[in-house]
Amino acid sequence: MSRASLYIPLGVFVLILGLGYVGFDLGARNELPSALIDKPFPEFQARLLDAPDQTLSREDLLGRPALVNVWATWCPTCLSEHAQLMQISAATDVVIVGVNYKDRPDKAKQWLAQYGNPYDWVLDDRDGLLGIEMGVYGAPETFLLNAKGEVVYKRVGDINPRIWRDELAPRLRQLGIVMTMDNTDTGAD
Amino acid sequence: MAVASAFLFAYTSRACRRFAALLLICLLPTGAVVAASQIDTFNFADEVQERRYRALIEEFRCPKCLNTNLAGSDAPIAQDLRKVVYRLVVIEGKREQEVRDYLQARYGDFVLYDPPFNGQTWYIWLVPIGLGLLAVFVLIRLLRGARWEATVLDEQQQARLQEIVGHSKSSSGAPGQSAERK
Repeated sequence: MSRASLYIPLGVFVLILGLGYVGFDLGARNELPSALIDKPFPEFQARLLDAPDQTLSREDLLGRPALVNVWATWCPTCLSEHAQLMQISAATDVVIVGVNYKDRPDKAKQWLAQYGNPYDWVLDDRDGLLGIEMGVYGAPETFLLNAKGEVVYKRVGDINPRIWRDELAPRLRQLGIVMTMDNTDTGAD
Repeated sequence: MAVASAFLFAYTSRACRRFAALLLICLLPTGAVVAASQIDTFNFADEVQERRYRALIEEFRCPKCLNTNLAGSDAPIAQDLRKVVYRLVVIEGKREQEVRDYLQARYGDFVLYDPPFNGQTWYIWLVPIGLGLLAVFVLIRLLRGARWEATVLDEQQQARLQEIVGHSKSSSGAPGQSAERK
């Protein structure tokens, strides 16, 4: 065996160390890749929070892009992203659907009255069944649907200014959403 | 187990007691873990149904937790998914594979502890095989390097050997080696 080949095991060892370091250091290890990406948003039928006798289904979301935001009053991160959603609602014409996930309707209504309502529709998913159809495992989660009702993007965690600027705004623009004000850096304070 | 070791503790000689106490201390956490696994109140038509349900919730990974199965997690999403598995198995009478497909369609490969071979997972399947092959290769190289080989001597070396052997024979009478280590 030549001298140089003696270093092969060391090289392999360092390679494994490196892979391990990179692998364990990946920040996204808590985030599941959504099984729904590039797939149609699931069929559903859900009651509206403010009009329990009316329901919304997948067909109502077709024809234009839509943001589906899963939130609850018990979820502190939902409150921290709320201002960002308000700004998106004010600055764009994208349809925003709220899924009130495993929550109490009275609390949810009170919350919206107190902090403002960025949603075009709010669905009452108090038992979390719609959430399971969507593969939701926590709140907040946000799905971006194109006009055909396919999921093009999913965010697990809050919509913060950085996510809005780097991930959401470019995709909305790509889908033809009109930004009614110059808001590339909406909330990027 | 803990009860059994407590029994032992009470009835063994002083010398053994220390060991039994140690054993008891070691077993305590296991008892606690068993007690911590989640219990839901579900009704089953028969034992087969219940066994299928239990096997399935043992099998899936809780999406919220990094490494706990549905059976062992008290995360709200794990409770909900146990209800879903119960509904699919008991109320809708779905087969195991249909339940797997249902959860995989919604939560992805993450919930399966047995990941399929695809573009995202190829390396976790291939790296161990590759390392195994590498180990065999290195082992073969090492063994080959260490092998004792008969050395073929040319005429000149034969003559020299004879000379030495002849010399040593005449001086000590010990037989010489006809092969040498490479």
